[in-house]
Amino acid sequence: MTKISIRDVSKTFQVRDDPEPFTALAGTDLDVREGEFLTLVGPSGCGKSTLLDLIAGLTAPTSGEIRIDGTPVTGPGLDRGVVFQQYALFPWRTAQANVEFGLEAKGVPRKERARRAREHLALVGLAGFGERYPHELSGGMRQRVAIARSLAFDPDVLLMDEPFAALDAQTRESLQEELLRVWEHTGKTVVFITHGIDEAVYLGERVAVMTSRPGRVKEVVDVRFDTREGDLRAHPAFGEYRHHVWSLLREEVAAAQVQEREVATSHG
Amino acid sequence: MADQKLLPGDVHWYDLPDEAADAPDDAANLPGGAADVPEERPRRRLPGRWLRRAATNSTAILLLLAAWEALPRLGVLDPVFVPPLSEDLVAWYDLLVTGRLPEHLGASVARSLAGFGLAIVLAIPLGLLIGWYRPVADFLTPLLELFRNTSAVALLPVFTLILGIGETTKVTFALYACAWPILLNTISGVKTVEPLLIKSARSMGLGPAGLFQKVILPAAVPTIFTGVRLAGAHSILVLLFAEMVGAKAGLGYLILDTQSSFRIPDMYAGIITISALGVLFNLLLVGVERRFSTWRTT
Ligand SMILES: Nc1ncnc2c1ncn2[C@@H]1O[C@H](COP(=O)(O)OP(=O)(O)O)[C@@H](O)[C@H]1O
Ligand SMILES: [Mg+2]
Repeated sequence: MTKISIRDVSKTFQVRDDPEPFTALAGTDLDVREGEFLTLVGPSGCGKSTLLDLIAGLTAPTSGEIRIDGTPVTGPGLDRGVVFQQYALFPWRTAQANVEFGLEAKGVPRKERARRAREHLALVGLAGFGERYPHELSGGMRQRVAIARSLAFDPDVLLMDEPFAALDAQTRESLQEELLRVWEHTGKTVVFITHGIDEAVYLGERVAVMTSRPGRVKEVVDVRFDTREGDLRAHPAFGEYRHHVWSLLREEVAAAQVQEREVATSHG
Repeated sequence: MADQKLLPGDVHWYDLPDEAADAPDDAANLPGGAADVPEERPRRRLPGRWLRRAATNSTAILLLLAAWEALPRLGVLDPVFVPPLSEDLVAWYDLLVTGRLPEHLGASVARSLAGFGLAIVLAIPLGLLIGWYRPVADFLTPLLELFRNTSAVALLPVFTLILGIGETTKVTFALYACAWPILLNTISGVKTVEPLLIKSARSMGLGPAGLFQKVILPAAVPTIFTGVRLAGAHSILVLLFAEMVGAKAGLGYLILDTQSSFRIPDMYAGIITISALGVLFNLLLVGVERRFSTWRTT
């Protein structure tokens, strides 16, 4: 049932010119269930991206442990796909070749690679755009390519770090809907970082709210609607969830601001 | 990193006024996704526009050539020191048909290409190595900066002392001058690969070898080619100098020799050849560079 288990995870960074290590995460606990869509919100700089990097295996925790399917994470792997806010597409590769990237790493034969890449471009609504280079695509389309790339090598877990934050509101909404469709279609476990409360409530089956730095998970809010038909955002329950998450966050944002002011004054 | 850009991800909704938080970056997109409008592909230039541009670009050159012809004839310039263009072209033609120009040209081109080619073969792998091992790069950079800013010309006497005045000196000299821009650009190309791309590739399980082959190298290619193009220009410039100091053939020798024996139109013929050679070589390299960096348009 539990896909990702995060146990008492801390992460500190050694900052230049500062003998004191900088604590980004302290004692974070979180369980992500198999196949669920979990959104993660928290004040700016509370360690959301740091936590995602740890799950991705891009960095190692200072203490504590992260397990996927009960096996400790020791490094990156194709069982997890990461989608970054800035798309991170390879600009010298076409959309098709970008989607094939992970498949090459996985050792999929050429023909099969091309077929799967085309299939996944179609899944995100980009059939026929395979020969475009990233600079020939709009922001929304680039992010679709990035999502297709992460889905193509068929990871169990999709880790997304504010993937829609750089997009305009309308593109963001259409991508949110498509992401939900793809999620329902593929049954992947999704961890989705966002700084938008609406986005968190709209997408997440559960919303994990983090404290200000050093980040921990403060509360996990279960989000349940009897129906997702019609304009979900106008649903009264939506407003209640939204308000609840907002109140949890507000205290933390205030705390974060006090902290920042203290840092600013202590550094001159 | 000194000039870290502020990525949109670093700006959070609490830091922004409401409108800015939702600033549309691709407003052309409509909901539903299918209406995503891609940016327009660059259009081919129309022949009419191309002609007009060609005319604009060549006006200054044509004026220079006209002045070159007219001023000596009008007596504004002394025709002994600056013969009219037509006389220089006649001299050029004579040099061409007697085979003397092809001989000098051939000697120069062979030397620059040898130096240039060797520089590419040596400096690119070396630069990749230095750039990849960051501590090595940090260690060597001050030294490289020092050498880069020491004019190769200043070192020619040293080369001559060590290697004599034969072909080896000239080729080595061109090689030395060409190596710096290639080396420094290759190092910087490798070092300045977008960290997010590396992170993204690492997240897909690529190890150091895979990263190097699939991310670092392709990302660095345009920067490397800029270095190669600069080196191409260097190869001709510095070589001419070497040929003026000690040589029995080559365009540099031709120019100096004709000047000292007062064959002034022949001297200008040599100069015209060098200019044309330089421009052609540069055009060729710019074309190659462009081919290798089409993706770097944003
Ligand atoms: N490699 C690093 N070295 C030093 N400090 C870091 C590093 N990565 C992140 N941090 C710091 O850790 C804190 C948490 O960062 P991050 O996880 O990016 O926050 P979030 O994504 O929640 O905005 C920030 O204060 C950030 O400056
Ligand atoms: Mg972040």
